[in-house]
Amino acid sequence: MKSNIRALYFLPYVLWILLFVVVPILLIIYYSFFNIEGTFSFENYEKFFTPVYLKMALSSFWYAFLITAFSLLIAYPTALLLTKTKHKQLWLLLIILPMWINLLLKAYAFLGIFGTYGIANHFLELIGVGAKQILFTDFSFVFVSVYIFVPFMILPIFNALEKLNPTLVDAAKDLGASPWITFRRVIFPLTLDGVKSGCQAVFIPALSLFMITRLIAGNRVITLGTAIEQHFLVTQNWGMGATIAVFLIIAMVIIMFLTGNRK
Amino acid sequence: MNRKWKVSNIYLIIVFFILYAPIFYLIYYSFNSGGKMHHFENFTLDWYKEVLQNVRLLIIVLNTIVIALLSAAISTIIGVFGALAIYSVKTRRVKNTLLSLNNVLLVSPDVIIGASFLILFTIVGIQLGFISVLLSHIAFSVPIVVLMVLPKLQEMSPTLIDAARDLGASQWNVITKVVIPYITPGIFAGFFMALTYSLDDFAVTFFVTGNGFSTLSVEIYSMARQGISLTINALSTLIFLLTILLVIGYYFITLRYNRPGRLGGRK
Repeated sequence: MKSNIRALYFLPYVLWILLFVVVPILLIIYYSFFNIEGTFSFENYEKFFTPVYLKMALSSFWYAFLITAFSLLIAYPTALLLTKTKHKQLWLLLIILPMWINLLLKAYAFLGIFGTYGIANHFLELIGVGAKQILFTDFSFVFVSVYIFVPFMILPIFNALEKLNPTLVDAAKDLGASPWITFRRVIFPLTLDGVKSGCQAVFIPALSLFMITRLIAGNRVITLGTAIEQHFLVTQNWGMGATIAVFLIIAMVIIMFLTGNRK
Repeated sequence: MNRKWKVSNIYLIIVFFILYAPIFYLIYYSFNSGGKMHHFENFTLDWYKEVLQNVRLLIIVLNTIVIALLSAAISTIIGVFGALAIYSVKTRRVKNTLLSLNNVLLVSPDVIIGASFLILFTIVGIQLGFISVLLSHIAFSVPIVVLMVLPKLQEMSPTLIDAARDLGASQWNVITKVVIPYITPGIFAGFFMALTYSLDDFAVTFFVTGNGFSTLSVEIYSMARQGISLTINALSTLIFLLTILLVIGYYFITLRYNRPGRLGGRK
């Protein structure tokens, strides 16, 4: 009787794990060993280590790093100041709200703002700099990505700051630490976990999102994600796409290993 | 002290301004009769009319909602089973393995989920379209349901189950009459999250949707790639309002159920 019921709820879940978690990963790895003609080879891996792909991978990492760094730079002070406001929960809700808006719409808004006649150029003319090509540049890509990812960075840092015992900060002050020393030696180290999970939440999508690059950066920026999408849906070279996906998975595991010490 | 307060407030105001400005920019120009996202000419509701009269778009909206509701319902069922399964495992290693496998899809980038599901569906021979999109939405919503339900199970006092058994409840009764009612808030939260995951998803759907079938975000993407059209602005405004309603609804649901003192559910 007991085992019957257990089987009832184990079966669908385990089936789900096998079909949609284990098998897809194995399929990606399997496909990475087939070249475009469909014969088994290591061709894709050899191709990945040619300068073209290595450069693409490196620049993708560089952009992801920039996006993460800027997000952190903006998010940490925001989170810190948020914890000091009166109606914390309300402000937090206001920060979270944009997270729920489809990122395509947010990216689309910037098509208008950064456009040739958009408000950004209008502003530049007003202060005398003159209109510039903003859309389809590295700057617009990094800016829009940071805009989209900042809330994902604020949230874990805010939570970590909330968990911080305020008496520790008081103690540091009593012992004569300046605000900066208190921050550097007490607050920041104790909220490092939040920073790490924030970086994780930003870095991995920054490596892999292809719609922002497509919409905002034209074809100037190619991230790992863009390359995968390109190979799967445009050039139909699934093997090469799968190979890049394998490297993206490896990168992801390394990042999670570096940033994850929770539990 | 006062000066410091001011600087920090200005910083927060700037952050909030930048966070919300693009959204309101989008909404503002949805009323522009000029047809561009600059130079506001006259107030008009034409773009909203266009959205509401566009049959193709309405069918896509309907598709999106059907997919979201169906996938959320099915993934909630599987997710609750999953949470019960993980909860019932007593060996620590098995439990951790199950949890890690559960979280794989949550941390995987969308492109990888999309690409691998595309391979999977092609190999199995499922035609790309409604079924493939539905299956993948169910697949990526299951883990979040598990994560929403599991904490509720873990905070449930095991004495409740013991008491039910002592009073002669069968295993089935224990689950349907004791466990499920207790974890209902978690189930609702999971359903809600699954719903928003499905409504929000673009990348995975983009990979597994065929030619004939489209969801709202895929449609918006293909429209946006062709440049600016204020129809998208009008559509975004409507979606934005719906999103706010959903978030507020979700907020109140969690507020209502998380009130302390329910069923002795002490944290």
